[in-house]
Amino acid sequence: MSRIGPCAARAREQGRGLLIPYLVAGDPDYDTSLALMHELVARGADMIELGIPFSDPSSDGPAIQRGVERALAGGATLAGVLELARRFRQRDGQTPVILMGYLNPIEIMGYGEFTSGCAGAGVDGVLVVDMPPAEAGDLPNLLAGREIDRIFLVSPTTSPGRAREIIEYTSGYLYYVSLKGVTGAALEDRGSVAENIAGLRNLTDLPIIIGFGIRDEETALAMNALGDGVIIGSALVEKIEALPPDAAGHPEAIGEAAELIGKVRRALDHEKFHGGNLSGNHDGKRVS
Amino acid sequence: MPEPAAELGAEFAGPDESGHFGPYGGVFVGETLARAVAELAEAYASLSAKPEFWREFDADLADYVGRPSPLYLAERLSEAWGGARIWLKREDLNHTGAHKVNNTIGQALLAKYMGKTRLIAETGAGQHGVASATVAARMGLECHVYMGAEDIVRQAPNVYRMKLLGARVLAVESGSRTLKDAMNEALRDWATHVDHTYYIIGTVAGPHPYPRMVRDFQSVIGREARRQFLERAGALPDALVACVGGGSNAIGLFHPFLGDRKVAMYGVEAAGRGLDTPDHAAPLCAGRPGVLHGNRTYLMTDEQGQILDTHSVSAGLDYPGVGPEHAWLKDLERVRYVGATDSEALEAFHQLTRLEGIIPALESSHALAWAGRLAAKMNREQNLLINLSGRGDKDIEAVARLEGANFGTA
Repeated sequence: MSRIGPCAARAREQGRGLLIPYLVAGDPDYDTSLALMHELVARGADMIELGIPFSDPSSDGPAIQRGVERALAGGATLAGVLELARRFRQRDGQTPVILMGYLNPIEIMGYGEFTSGCAGAGVDGVLVVDMPPAEAGDLPNLLAGREIDRIFLVSPTTSPGRAREIIEYTSGYLYYVSLKGVTGAALEDRGSVAENIAGLRNLTDLPIIIGFGIRDEETALAMNALGDGVIIGSALVEKIEALPPDAAGHPEAIGEAAELIGKVRRALDHEKFHGGNLSGNHDGKRVS
Repeated sequence: MPEPAAELGAEFAGPDESGHFGPYGGVFVGETLARAVAELAEAYASLSAKPEFWREFDADLADYVGRPSPLYLAERLSEAWGGARIWLKREDLNHTGAHKVNNTIGQALLAKYMGKTRLIAETGAGQHGVASATVAARMGLECHVYMGAEDIVRQAPNVYRMKLLGARVLAVESGSRTLKDAMNEALRDWATHVDHTYYIIGTVAGPHPYPRMVRDFQSVIGREARRQFLERAGALPDALVACVGGGSNAIGLFHPFLGDRKVAMYGVEAAGRGLDTPDHAAPLCAGRPGVLHGNRTYLMTDEQGQILDTHSVSAGLDYPGVGPEHAWLKDLERVRYVGATDSEALEAFHQLTRLEGIIPALESSHALAWAGRLAAKMNREQNLLINLSGRGDKDIEAVARLEGANFGTA
């Protein structure tokens, strides 16, 4: 049973924005990823997106490309990612874990083996970046059979008709891509995000989480105000890039990298209690 | 679109409406590109239904590219190989020196009708980059060409040609720094500048409609060759041979002959240092089906689903995937896919140069190398048609370097 629905429902009841960090699994090694995952939760992450390293990440910008290269250089594999999720689940029975990646590693492993691997590891959702619903074959049904959520992307270029079709396939949350471009690009056209999210609200009650281009408190607040939460990837992966070697054995270094999420969490919660100001006055002073 | 010369069987009529050739092909792209790809498919479907589009295409091919390209009977080569009569389809004589321009002419027309102002392209050997920069110059469009940093070194003359033509050549430093990484970078660019940018893919791979569209543009090769062959030899050739990287020159030659069941077809992949080594670029001979760059096809992929680094002496064949229609034709056993090694290709490169006074591209040299073996097993009454897909001027520096000759001195 996926943990995503209950987690999103709790956040909705409490009126708090969902905060979902993304990291590349095995960047630069599994122990560091595992330490980071727990630390991210401790600092306020609601769910974790775990990137499956793939040699040709054509929807990702430079920061995540480098993260993927580090993970692959360290020998990361899809089987290893599932094992990482399983190890995380041993200590954390609550926080939803979503695997995000490209289709080829999943296709080569086989959809059946992948699905049971996810179920066995306690994975809650799967997002395959280069697999539109029309090309998904029996993967969605296999995942649904194990009660694993199927997350799909909607972008600024998605037509309303297509969005309707995507939503039919989607469970857990809808991932709204905030910009035309790759992960980590600059968020420029915020007006169109507001408009597009409003359109999507008419089509679905699914939580809408916004990602791509969100890198600090200011962008997180602005986007969270439009949706039900935010995903932070490239900015976190850049922090991971700056970690010292053997970071897994240095809790203070792990804490420092994860503090990006801590800061955003405090900003989102502050916003919730003191509301309204999108300009980013989140230094602890009361705004109202 | 122009009808193929012979009746195609239902199995060769692909792709279907959603871009599938059997289990291959399709549209595996990130959501940001989904609409652009769909719009392209619509635009192509609508334009390719209009005879005037093809009249404009044919006129450009005639007056600008210099088509039809000749069909040449290579008598000394036939003699040397001691078997079938060898015919060369002279795509090397096209403007810009290879078959690539057939496709860029067609796609540039499409870009114009779609109102796009900026062209992007990926390139390996640089031939497609040059062909793209050429049509961009002719139409006054901005052009950015992505090229692996490794290939920029291997194909310096083509880099300079692109610059002369006004294109910006962008070095790709990620991954293996070759053609596949250039394609990743072009896809990222397209997603970022999707409103006004047209992505000219150089081969019959990528998401639908590219495999079909590029095939349609390149099929001029096979249509001409079939007509020329009937005129000159009074019969169809017994066998066709073409090199296969992404596979655009091969599908261009093969497609109009698919319905001619008696015509055997051979696609020659780059066997690099040998198909029994990891150093090759032969997904059809030694790979397995997977998903990359928008389509499902045979790939060079490891057990973990990572795309493998490929190796070929020829930058234009150094690609871990292949067009989905080739994957389908392999499964249907209509085309046989084989390999030629680096050294076999180099030997053929010299052989054609010395016997016929034609310097072939290293890519095309793979087709020649395998054709030589096939020809020897055929008799003198039989006819073998090889697609000489490009000329080797771009390669002479690389060949000199490989063979330890001192390029540029006596």
